Amino acid sequence: MRPFTYERPTDVAAAVRAVAATPGAKFLAGGTNLLDLMKLDIEQPTHLVDVNRLPLSGIEDTPQGGLRIGSMVSNSHLAADARVRSRYAVLTQAIVSGGSGQLRNKATTGGNLLQRTRCAYFYDPSKPCNKRQPGSGCSAMEGLNRNSAILGASDACIATNPSDMAVALTALGASLEAVTADGATRTLAVADLHRLPGDTPHLETNLAAGDLITAVILPPAPPGGQIYRKARDRASYAGGLASVAVVGHQVAFGAVAHKPWRAEKTEAALAAGASALEAAHAELAGAHDNGKNGFKIALVARMTADALEQASQGRGA
Amino acid sequence: MSSVKDWAAPNPVTENRGGIIGKGVDRYEGKLKVTGTAAYAYEVEPPSPPAYGYLLAATIAKGRITAIDTAAAEASPGVKLVWTHLNVPKQARRGERINPRSQRPSNPALAGDRIEFFGQPVAFVAADTWENARAAANLIQVSYAAEPAVLDFRASLELAEMPHGEEDVLIGDFEGAYAKAPAQIDETYFSPLQNHVQMEPCATTAWWEGDKVTVHTSIQMVKGGQHSLAETLAIPSEKVHLLTRYIGGGFGGKGQAYDDLVLAALGAQALGQPVKLAYTRQQMFQATIHRPAVSMRVRLGAEPDGRLNAFAVEAVTHCARSAPFVEHAANFSRNLYAAPNRLTGHRLVKMDIPHAGAMRAPGEAPGMLSLECAMDELAEKLGIDPIELRLRNEPDVDPETGKPFSIRQLTECLNTGAQRFGWNRRNPKPGQVRDGRWLVGMGMAAAIRGNFLLPAKAGVRIDGTGIITLRQGMTDIGTGTYTILAQITAETMGVTMDQVKIELGDSEFPPAPGSGGQFGAATAGSAAFEANMNLRRALAELAIGDPNSPLYGGDPTYVTFGNGNIAIENRSESLATLVSRAAPEGVYVEGAISPAADARDYSQHTYGGHFAEVGVDTVTGEVRMRRMFGVFAAGRILNAKTAKSQVTGGMIWGVGTALTEANVVDNRYGSFINQDMSGYLVPTHADIVDLDAIFLDEADDKANPMGIKGVGELGICGAGAAVANAIYNACGVRLRDFPMTPDKVLEGLMAKGL
Ligand SMILES: Cc1cc2nc3c(=O)[nH]c(=O)nc-3n(C[C@H](O)[C@H](O)[C@H](O)COP(=O)(O)OP(=O)(O)OC[C@H]3O[C@@H](n4cnc5c(N)ncnc54)[C@H](O)[C@@H]3O)c2cc1C
Ligand code: SF4
Repeated sequence: MRPFTYERPTDVAAAVRAVAATPGAKFLAGGTNLLDLMKLDIEQPTHLVDVNRLPLSGIEDTPQGGLRIGSMVSNSHLAADARVRSRYAVLTQAIVSGGSGQLRNKATTGGNLLQRTRCAYFYDPSKPCNKRQPGSGCSAMEGLNRNSAILGASDACIATNPSDMAVALTALGASLEAVTADGATRTLAVADLHRLPGDTPHLETNLAAGDLITAVILPPAPPGGQIYRKARDRASYAGGLASVAVVGHQVAFGAVAHKPWRAEKTEAALAAGASALEAAHAELAGAHDNGKNGFKIALVARMTADALEQASQGRGA
Repeated sequence: MSSVKDWAAPNPVTENRGGIIGKGVDRYEGKLKVTGTAAYAYEVEPPSPPAYGYLLAATIAKGRITAIDTAAAEASPGVKLVWTHLNVPKQARRGERINPRSQRPSNPALAGDRIEFFGQPVAFVAADTWENARAAANLIQVSYAAEPAVLDFRASLELAEMPHGEEDVLIGDFEGAYAKAPAQIDETYFSPLQNHVQMEPCATTAWWEGDKVTVHTSIQMVKGGQHSLAETLAIPSEKVHLLTRYIGGGFGGKGQAYDDLVLAALGAQALGQPVKLAYTRQQMFQATIHRPAVSMRVRLGAEPDGRLNAFAVEAVTHCARSAPFVEHAANFSRNLYAAPNRLTGHRLVKMDIPHAGAMRAPGEAPGMLSLECAMDELAEKLGIDPIELRLRNEPDVDPETGKPFSIRQLTECLNTGAQRFGWNRRNPKPGQVRDGRWLVGMGMAAAIRGNFLLPAKAGVRIDGTGIITLRQGMTDIGTGTYTILAQITAETMGVTMDQVKIELGDSEFPPAPGSGGQFGAATAGSAAFEANMNLRRALAELAIGDPNSPLYGGDPTYVTFGNGNIAIENRSESLATLVSRAAPEGVYVEGAISPAADARDYSQHTYGGHFAEVGVDTVTGEVRMRRMFGVFAAGRILNAKTAKSQVTGGMIWGVGTALTEANVVDNRYGSFINQDMSGYLVPTHADIVDLDAIFLDEADDKANPMGIKGVGELGICGAGAAVANAIYNACGVRLRDFPMTPDKVLEGLMAKGL
């Protein structure tokens, strides 16, 4: 960890200005990801702008019949909200499948969306990693890559996005609102928030540095069953080997790509009358195996087929 | 030296008039721990404000440091000193002993430019804050000349050699009998490299007063740590005062000192200021010891009725090139099942990774995964129930040595467990029990772990208020040692628990070997018992010789202790009254124990039976525990609660072993892929449902005066095999490569068309 300065503004405009004014500044929300990365010298912010005092902790009904979730709503609160539990069960299931109770109490909606990969080599500064140090190489490519991506990866990086919440949001077709450095508000689909690694795996999202996420907007829930299914090495407190969110006929995969993966080919195949398993395989046709992650292909296919069947019968996970 | 005969005589603990022995009394130090007021090594308040240290670790597996640039670190804010091999103060050469009686030799830090494993400390920074020390350490530039290293155990099995000074144990004609056996099993099982994952990292707070250093450190063996530091600094061991009062988990990983001990001491000396130094979580994984991976070939040759005629367990394991250590994964099998023709032995691959070493139940923990799964495979092959197969191979005497058993209740453990667990509801045919998308199955395994007694001493003092203080250079690594010593003392002296104080973890107290090999309770407890018996004698003599005592002139053989009193029939007085009057300065005595000659004539072990029920998710290959039950026979149980915590804790380790726990060497770098608790997965609460264990009534009068045995390691022995066998019973997938993670189970399910 490097020495840094710290402030805790109480309004959004001041927070955005503070980050814009200081090169190397970052927002600090729950800190459950950022502080870990700082301790390992992977993130080296010069200045932290603590957003915990910003008035962004409410969950409101939208006129369209959806919900507007403030970016500082904790993961625990969001998962427990009665409206979320009854109308967006997939989101509650996804959130509570992540981390531990303590982490979810601290973790925020905005921070969760921007958490960084859990690639073990990214976390080990002694190893080459294009994401941590552009151009240094990718240790996972020829290494112990059991947790790596099977979809949409590049020669530069095969890391996955580890968020569970974002997979459910992607399946739900949620969007987010951000305030930019110049004070303007922009809106972005959650599905468009993260980028694929390409040649620039260190650039992870389509937000500009200094953009502050203020809210996530849920559209009205589409008809049909909702399921979040996560396969993991132990029963709790483990990142996903793979996950699947099903919302009616909308499907997203988690822990298989650099972003929460909306399975559009699966959705299209389903619409064209394919079986659940065929539809799952439609998305996985281009999946890649880097040595130790190949099992995820069958895993995702089986989980997807099963979740689709369960959802079509109106059952939850 | 006591003899077993003496030990069989009734005594205050075996009579247990106060009812304190066996009771599940709360932890002696529990309140301090749950209120955060038990000061662990790093938290101990030194006499003046400390400097904070940080270690920088090597990033190659093998080679040489060619250059090391510390200029930026030295100029960094708050930095007080930066040491590398070029400027670290002189220490004794590695392995040297000035005092031939030292239990451990010199163990210098930053001792040269050679790198022997990834993670080896290469620099030490001390600064005004820990953050500044860490920031500065990260500015040090180290250049290396790397050399080819042996890093891939599974690819290096052909390098395996006979460990120094060992040979195979061959009884009868194994090969001949095996070749002729009507039923054969020949399988190889793999147990991965594992880490201890203690909650508390290795840590030291050190300061000097004159030429004497005080170190509070986290170590399982008090004398070993004291001697190793004294030898390294080339000073007499009396000049090292080592304290280790509370330890946040050891599991064998803190059986030795690491570089925090010597660098904190040297740093404090150089700065004239106390120094605190701890390993980071990543360094705990990377730079302390680990349980090595083991590849185990098991061959069983049996008659159609299940009786074993030929039996072989051959283990190949690894250790660091410069630090020989053998994981004796085949040893347990020498005492378990009858078979006239037997072969057991070990081979060792020397590698360039961190040191392999002892981890909870070294030998048994990985070893039993092999044989106890192979027995399941044989049972299935022969169509015999796995419990019945074990009963048919139950020996009358130790199958290798022919010695009688001191007491052996393996059969009772298995039968009791079967009944309590509902084993008769198990369908022997795998893959038959469905629960939604889950397949459900049951498995069992036997448990065996040796029992040991080492030489130890203890001192006990009673003061004029009647408070009895027991002092011992023993450690409590979280197991309950404080508590059982308090129970033994209270019961022996006939006082209540609140009249007793226990002081441990101090090199200036009468020495005990520390915690390890599940010998702690028997060893430290027996010495404490002897000390208390000597105190009884001293107090009896004091009373009888004191004209002012109601016991004056009585026969010492009729003296009894109870309710805080000393008495002969109806003549009595309180201990406080006696001592305050007759010995106002208090009475202090010591006691000692050492293994009895007779004890070596018996095969002496603890036993158990494990029963597990698992669900296998047929979609994902995830395995989840449903129930687990253990029955154990381990001598007299001193404390129902702490003993049960030990065996259930061991069983939970078994679940981790079966399902999640493994570290993997990255063959390009020599580092471990998992360096924190979100990568190295130990079971969480959600993984452990419906887990219970019981102890059978037992007292082993060949073991020690109290008839107690160890329980700290027994629970893990065989536990993982019971889970693996349950997985097979659930879904018909037989995996021999631990841990049984979803990717492996899924592959097996798919191969079966599931
Ligand atoms: C051991 C462990 C296990 C975990 N397991 C899981 C799991 O299984 N599933 C899962 O989904 N997650 C898991 N997590 C991750 C956890 O969910 C995230 O750490 C958490 O959601 C991050 O939220 P935070 O508020 O703490 O973010 P912070 O750490 O405060 O911030 C994360 C990043 O987001 C930025 N940021 C925060 N808020 C905003 C905002 N409003 N606008 C713009 N930028 C912002 C910060 O600058 C920083 O770069 C785990 C974490 C740990 C430590
Ligand atoms: S996969 Fe990405 S994050 Fe992981 S080592 Fe390669 S470049 Fe770094």
